[in-house]
Formats: sequence, structure tokens, C-alpha cells
Amino acid sequence: MAAATKPSRWHRNLNAKLAAIPMIVTALVVFIGGTVWTVVYSFTNSKLLPREKFVGLAQYDRLWSSSKWLISIENLAIYGAFSLVFSLLIGFVLAALLDQKIRFEDTFRTILLYPFALSFIVTGLAWQWILNPDFGVQQVVRNLGWESFAFDPLYNPEIVIYGILIAGLWQGTGLIMCLMLAGLRGIDEDIWKAAKIDGIPMWKTYIFIVIPMMRGIFITAIVLIASGIIKVYDLVVAQTGGGPGISSEVPAKYVYDAMFLSQNLGQGFAASTMMLLTVVIIVVPWAYLEFGGKRK
Amino acid sequence: MTKAPHLLKASMTYDGGPADTGPDMSLRPGSGASAANRIVDGPAGRKPRKALSRRNILIYGTLIVVCLYYLLPLYVMIVTSLKGMPEIRLGNIFAPPVEVTFQPWVKAWAEACTGLNCDGLSRGFFNSVKILVPSVILSIIIASINGYALANWRFKGSETFFTILIVGAFIPYQVMIYPIVIMLREVGLYGSLTGLVIVHTIFGMPILTLLFRNYFASVPQELFKAARVDGAGFWAIYFQIMVPMSLPIFVVAMILQVTGIWNDFLFGVIYTKPDLYPMTVQLNNIVNSTQGVKEYNVNMAATILTGLVPLTIYFISGKLFVRGIAAGAVKG
Repeated sequence: MAAATKPSRWHRNLNAKLAAIPMIVTALVVFIGGTVWTVVYSFTNSKLLPREKFVGLAQYDRLWSSSKWLISIENLAIYGAFSLVFSLLIGFVLAALLDQKIRFEDTFRTILLYPFALSFIVTGLAWQWILNPDFGVQQVVRNLGWESFAFDPLYNPEIVIYGILIAGLWQGTGLIMCLMLAGLRGIDEDIWKAAKIDGIPMWKTYIFIVIPMMRGIFITAIVLIASGIIKVYDLVVAQTGGGPGISSEVPAKYVYDAMFLSQNLGQGFAASTMMLLTVVIIVVPWAYLEFGGKRK
Repeated sequence: MTKAPHLLKASMTYDGGPADTGPDMSLRPGSGASAANRIVDGPAGRKPRKALSRRNILIYGTLIVVCLYYLLPLYVMIVTSLKGMPEIRLGNIFAPPVEVTFQPWVKAWAEACTGLNCDGLSRGFFNSVKILVPSVILSIIIASINGYALANWRFKGSETFFTILIVGAFIPYQVMIYPIVIMLREVGLYGSLTGLVIVHTIFGMPILTLLFRNYFASVPQELFKAARVDGAGFWAIYFQIMVPMSLPIFVVAMILQVTGIWNDFLFGVIYTKPDLYPMTVQLNNIVNSTQGVKEYNVNMAATILTGLVPLTIYFISGKLFVRGIAAGAVKG
């Protein structure tokens, strides 16, 4: 990529610099400026409006002693762990099935990916209806004669997060499948032939040869799923609104509620800073592995 | 970021790869050798498979079951929206409607209430259109020019800004929400459609810039140099060479932005007022309102109406959509 024409005089590139102003402003003012601003103000006791009264870590103390936040974190951990494992597993298995030189591949792929085009609000509302205990799956099974059948995740605080997980997986696995399929298509046909000649069973070829070769795709998929997990918000708002009670709260919703509903800006800033910290913990090692040393 | 070109390439091989050439092509030996082999080894090529082998039943069976599961919510939404409330109360949500009625659709579009407004989802629809059109146009113009400057007119520091932009795509929106509220309030745009358009342009910038930069970098450098020799400048090359040569990537960017912005909820609810709420926000308010009797058929009709725009784009654009999301994979 030898794209650069080296500028000898600064004004020779003036147009490019002018054209890049929106990008520069976005990068410096919004992304860096906004982030630093939020982190700094998370140490203040801002309520309705931001104030420069610094109170040290008081907001973080309050945050970590708030049961709503603790539940949010716990939910995020459960949702995150299951969503990561199942997205990768289902995505890979579906991609491997589609990769068997089958007929109607395009049709299958179109069906498996269409939920991804829908918003989380639509997804959440559709599953809210299917999981409705009075009319949905539970009632249908009971009508079949199994009277004591109970499956009402959205109304049971113990398992509500799994109800959200069902909807989240339905929406998101198609994308992972597509990524995996692209990865599988990138694998040399000769690898399969060689494995076949050596008499290695298919599942072993997948696990010990193909998956290690798809490392890059897997890492991309994991980063993708992980950053999606941290942002999960609309889905919860649509499906449960955080309920029953506060049993399906998530961090992104905690931030929104603190900032715009309970006029508790400091809490919102502290919570969003924690979210940022989580992302940093995930992204930095990945960036280091991917670009470590290569970055100019 | 070296990630995206690799991804794009991967998805391109996927587009035109083995799927189109058919299963036998890749296994067929070179034509010269095959004549000789045929004599030595007997019949060449793979042993023909039976259509109903155990393997096929397993593969197709699994895929069909999974596909039915994926289609189920759409099916349930459609049948529910076509039933009357009495039928919903008595019946089974999976059963097709006994008596088809379009009343719920009419009500969802024109009469459903959010707060004091009872003019249905149509208001949200038109708000969403008013948000969507300028956001898509503005974000694509800005990002394509950015990408062009980054690919062909690098200047000192340009890569640094680009890196910040890409890293910024990983920062949770929640961190930047409130500073943007303050900035918009300072210039008097908080709560207006213009403000929301700016927000969409800002947050669409990292992924779109990446998309355009990678595409423009793959345009043959000779073309660019020849135009330079002929005396064409920054804008002339952009409008006369780059844009006409890059229409496919503009379509990909459009698909990405239309679905992304239409499906947005968070920015809509934060940066606009109730009168200007986009369709997703209004839909959520209609369905999850606590007052009144729940009309599930109206709710489902409203839900389908909201999902209709991205679904239409998805089914029309087909493989371009796949390319768009593969390229957008870095966005997360």
C-alpha cells in the first residue's frame, strides 16, 4: 500500500487537511475529549448538572455498594459468558454445515442472517411476545396437556437474563456464522485433501487443523461479540425494561438511568468509566497481540 | 488496522468462491493429466453420492430445523398481527389466523397512542425518514472524503488521527453521551433532528472511513498519478475518478448506514424530544406502555412495520449486505 505522495510543501496538501477537519475534530474533541471529560467528572459529585466539586472515589464507592449495579455486573457476566460461548459454537457449527457444498446455501444463509438486520427493539419485542407466559410457549405446551409446564423466563427474576440471552443469540449468531463461513472458505482445499489421505476423521480435522488456522477470524469474532455484550441496552429495554424489579438490569442501562432519569450524573459517569475500563481490559491485550510491534 | 482488508478479501472469496464453481471443479485434475489418469485409475472424479445418504439427512435436517427456529419469531409476529384480540386470548400463538383482519395494522400505523399523541407509528416513521436521509448522505460524504484523504493524500499526523478514530469505535457510547449532550446544548441543537444527524455522522465515521480508505487504497495508483500529471487536484480526482470508480463501496456504505441508523434506539432517545422520536423509540413506547389494555396484535403489527425497512434492504441487497457487515466487523 504505497499510497502516500510525500508532501514537500505543507500547502500542497492543504485540501486534504481541510477535508480531514471533521475527522480530526471527531477524533480529538469527541472521542478523546469526551472520554477524558467523562472520566474526570466521574470524580465529582455532579447531580443534575456537571459540577467541578471533586470528591475522589466517592462515586465509585457508591457504585460498588449499589445493589442495582452489582446485579447489572452479574447479569452482564452471565449474559457475556453464555453469549460468547454459544455464539462461537453455534456460529461455527452452522458455518461448517453450510460449508459442506450443499444446495440452497444462499437460502439457508439468508434465513440465518435476517435477524441481524432487525433492531434489538424489534428482536426484544418479538421474543417478549413468544415468551409471554399467558399466551406464548408456556401456554401452548400447557394446552397440549402438560399442565405444570413452566417456562416464563421474563417473569422469573432467577432466569430472566437467560430469556434475554435467547433473543440476543437469535439476533446475533447469523453474523458470527457469516464470519466463520468466510474463514472456512479461506482455508486451502489441499488441507482437506491431505487430512483425508492421512485418514483423519472430519471432526478431528476441524478441531485440530481448521480452527487453529482460523485464529484471526476467531479473534475478530470474539472482539465483536465482546464489544456487543458490553453495549447491550436496547434489548433489555424492549424485552423486560430491567424487570422484574431490577433483576435484568445491565451496566449500559444503569448509565442511562443515572444520567437521564434519576439526575445523578456523577453515578452515570462513574459507571460509564467502569464500562470503559472493561473494554480497555479486553481490547488492549488483543490490540497488543494483533498489532504489537507492528504499529508505527 | 490491517484487519479489514483481510476481512473484505475473505468475504469476497466467499462471494465468488467455490460456491459458484460447484463442488466438482475444485477436485477435477488438470485436463492433460486427467486423460492419462483415467486410463490408469479407471473412472475419475468423486464417487456420486446418494441423495438420501445419512450424511445428507443429518446436514439438511439440522439446517432445516435451525432455519425453522430462526423463522419462528417472524412467523409468530405475522400471524399474531393478523388475528383479532378474542382469537389471541383463546388460541395458540403458533396457529394461523382463523379470521384474517388487517385492522391491527391500520391501528398500529395511524391510531396507536404514545403519551398524548394518538396518530400511530406513522409519526415515528416519518421522523425516522427525516433522520435517516440527511444522516446517511452526510456521513457518507464526510467519510468518503476522509477515506480518500487518508488513502491518497496522507499528511503528517493523518494516520494518528485515523488510529484514534478506529480506537474510538471501541469506546462504549455511554462514555461519550454526556459530553455530546453538552456540546449540542451549547450550540442549541440538543433535542433537534439536526443534532441527532450530527451524532449519527460522528459515530458512523470510524467504520465508514475505514471502509472507504481500504477501498480507495486498492484503486490502481497509476490512475491517481496520471491524473496528477494532467494537473487534476484533490477535488477533481475525487469527483472525476474516485467516486465514479467506487460506486459499489458507496452502496455497501449506504446499506450499512441505513440499517444501522434505522435500528438505532439509544441516540434517538437521548438526543431528540418526544415529538421527534424515531420509529424504534416510539415503537418501544407503544408496546411497553403501562396504560390501557394490551393489544398484542397491534403491537406485533407495529413491530413488523418498524422492522420492515431494514428487512427490505436486507432481502434486496443480498450479498452486498454480507459484504457490508464483514467490512463492518471491526465496528462491533
